[in-house]
Amino acid sequence: MSKLGLDPEVVAKARRLAARAAEPIIELARTHTTVSVERAVLRLAGVSGADADGTPWVNRIVDAVRAQVGLEHGIALPVFHALREHQDPRELVSARFEVPEGAQAVQAGKRAREAVARGIARIDANRADRDRLLGKHGDPEPPWVYLIVATGDIYEDIPQAQAAAREGADVIAVIRSTGQSLLDFVPEGATRQGYAGTYATQENFRLMRAALDEVSGELGRYVRLTNYASGLCMPEIATLAGLERLDMMLNDCMYGIIFRDINPKRTFIDQRFSRQIHARAGIVINTGEDNYLTTADAVDAAHTVIASQLLNERFGHEAGLTDSQLGLGHAFEINPDLPDSFRLELAHAQLVRELFPDAPLKYMPPTKHMTGNIFAGYLLDAFFNLAGVLTGQSIILIGMMTEGIHTPWLSDRDLALENVRYVRRAAGALAEDFHPAPGGFIVERARRVLAETVDLLGRVADDGLLTAIAGGTFGVTRRPADRGKGLDGVIEQADGYYNPATEILEERP
Amino acid sequence: MTISVDTIKQIIRPYGDTTGDAMVQVSFTLPVPQGPRADAAALQLAGKMGLDPVSVVHTKAMGPDFTFFIVYGKATHLIDYASIVVPEGREYPLLTPNQVNLAIKTVLARKLVVVGACIGTDAHTVGIDAILNVKGFAGEKGLEYYREIEVHNLGAQVEVDELVARAKGANADAVLVSQVVTQKSAHLHNTKQMAAAFADAYPTSVTGGLGRPLLVVGGPRFDTVTPSDLGVDRIFGKGTTPGEVASYLVAALIPTWNPA
Repeated sequence: MSKLGLDPEVVAKARRLAARAAEPIIELARTHTTVSVERAVLRLAGVSGADADGTPWVNRIVDAVRAQVGLEHGIALPVFHALREHQDPRELVSARFEVPEGAQAVQAGKRAREAVARGIARIDANRADRDRLLGKHGDPEPPWVYLIVATGDIYEDIPQAQAAAREGADVIAVIRSTGQSLLDFVPEGATRQGYAGTYATQENFRLMRAALDEVSGELGRYVRLTNYASGLCMPEIATLAGLERLDMMLNDCMYGIIFRDINPKRTFIDQRFSRQIHARAGIVINTGEDNYLTTADAVDAAHTVIASQLLNERFGHEAGLTDSQLGLGHAFEINPDLPDSFRLELAHAQLVRELFPDAPLKYMPPTKHMTGNIFAGYLLDAFFNLAGVLTGQSIILIGMMTEGIHTPWLSDRDLALENVRYVRRAAGALAEDFHPAPGGFIVERARRVLAETVDLLGRVADDGLLTAIAGGTFGVTRRPADRGKGLDGVIEQADGYYNPATEILEERP
Repeated sequence: MTISVDTIKQIIRPYGDTTGDAMVQVSFTLPVPQGPRADAAALQLAGKMGLDPVSVVHTKAMGPDFTFFIVYGKATHLIDYASIVVPEGREYPLLTPNQVNLAIKTVLARKLVVVGACIGTDAHTVGIDAILNVKGFAGEKGLEYYREIEVHNLGAQVEVDELVARAKGANADAVLVSQVVTQKSAHLHNTKQMAAAFADAYPTSVTGGLGRPLLVVGGPRFDTVTPSDLGVDRIFGKGTTPGEVASYLVAALIPTWNPA
């Protein structure tokens, strides 16, 4: 039931335009592959570990195949053809590769598919395990409280994450080391050093999930684990998350482009494969629209957030994600000095809620206008929490009054949880009583943002999404399609390209 | 009787609600379970911090092993305000965008080229974008808005080598770098590395603006270092506006220009 009285025809038009804007990008992703997609295929086929220098075997093998026969046909055929003679994948780095043809290609493809199917079966088993544990421990009521852990050392992260869960966190996000999104490989093993975060590795994933399983049993509620897929290794990190039963993943269709200067084509191709894996794993993605508002103005750019959410939705659906897996992001970032800033926030938050009624929306707290005045910041966070409750947001990242000063102290986190607990308790089911006046400020503001979204998506659909990104439409940052990191890892598929993972993931049951 | 300057003192104390009450508020966490012993420890700590008398107005257990305190007390330390030296302020005049444009156009007779980036592992472009993007900061438009300034914003996590190459390629007059991440002093390390790379790339340079681009770094946590510590020409702190940066660029690169 719409509280904003949105015109269903305008909403449908916005979705049609988003689909039209997304279509050429989806076609690009269907007809190209990347080094990281091919490495993810090997990971699903069971290749793991790294050489003595820490370079993962999947990188060594993909580089060797690329140097000898190219990746136009995919990694699966040359590798599984060569595997007749080399049983240990590590020996493959010095193998002679060829792209098999005829009956040999059929044989290699069959063996590749069997190996990859075993990896996907493990992802399926993890999904079943999650469902079982949700039943056993219990699934917390939304809004879920999302808290961040970021020490750089997985063995420090674990007790902090367990403490945060005991203090009330429903979702633990382990922030990655800031440099990781630009690494074209996934580090190996348990790591104890990082910059402003902890490296995402398969072993770190496994350790943290096990620790949270332990605390979930103790608390009688399933505590979810989140990490970050975005970056140059989106497909591989998505794969590792599926293999180690992570529950949510930051996965935005444009974040890497805008904020990390990763090449747009590379990002879109990687993004599609990674989301196909997430879809299979039952992982909820979190998109990054909140970030646009840290560079752009939250009022002027409100429609770019909605446009990006509609694009993320379209790309997500095409990759097989259901609405219940679309944790679309937005944020409380309007300048508090502006008159009616809270009404504007409510209009934006309610608009997102109504456009995506079945999506587990992720609502981000103020960061840009946290000035160092911790007392004013605490108040702003309370208003953010109230907006979240009032507009029925699903996942609430808990704001820290010391945002922008330091990484949260124990007391910052405790006070932040006290803040959200008070607001939730005091407000109760206030959302039931929240009915913006027809024709009033909130309703009109929401309509206007939606209308601006339709205009913007119309332009994006006409000019092309890559052109829009190059022109600085999102996050006020210009990113041309022929620039940025990782373009070298993009390969156009040849006739006869074979990717057993995509084949399995695209077979609808 | 004459009073010499150095005998004038102006003693001040913190102000709660009465002159001279010296009241301050402090909050902290101790790694001990909540209870009377923890309170006594908090009182002792506050005493050693120079507060007397002290009262613990709030304690809260944060899990079984930690206690949070809010403490009020009277500061026993005195400050002689007369002896406080005023920190150095801005050493150049603040110009409007029109004045900046006029200076560049009149003296340089070409565009002033600025290359900006977040270097190293830092992915936080908020600072550099606030200064460079048209959008700007604190009601002031960013440098992209200045007609006579040509801006190349390289974005986040730019390698130092790439920054040097792009600065050379663009014939940059100034390089602006922002650094937010301070864990393990990454901001200081990255900045020094950048300064060294520019020194290597421009071996004959005399100083910023003479033989090499002016090197400007900004970020919230550079307050303990000087530009010469880092090998840069200027450091800007939290809250810096685009207008301050533009005015500085004119003062440093076009010192002959007089706005009047």
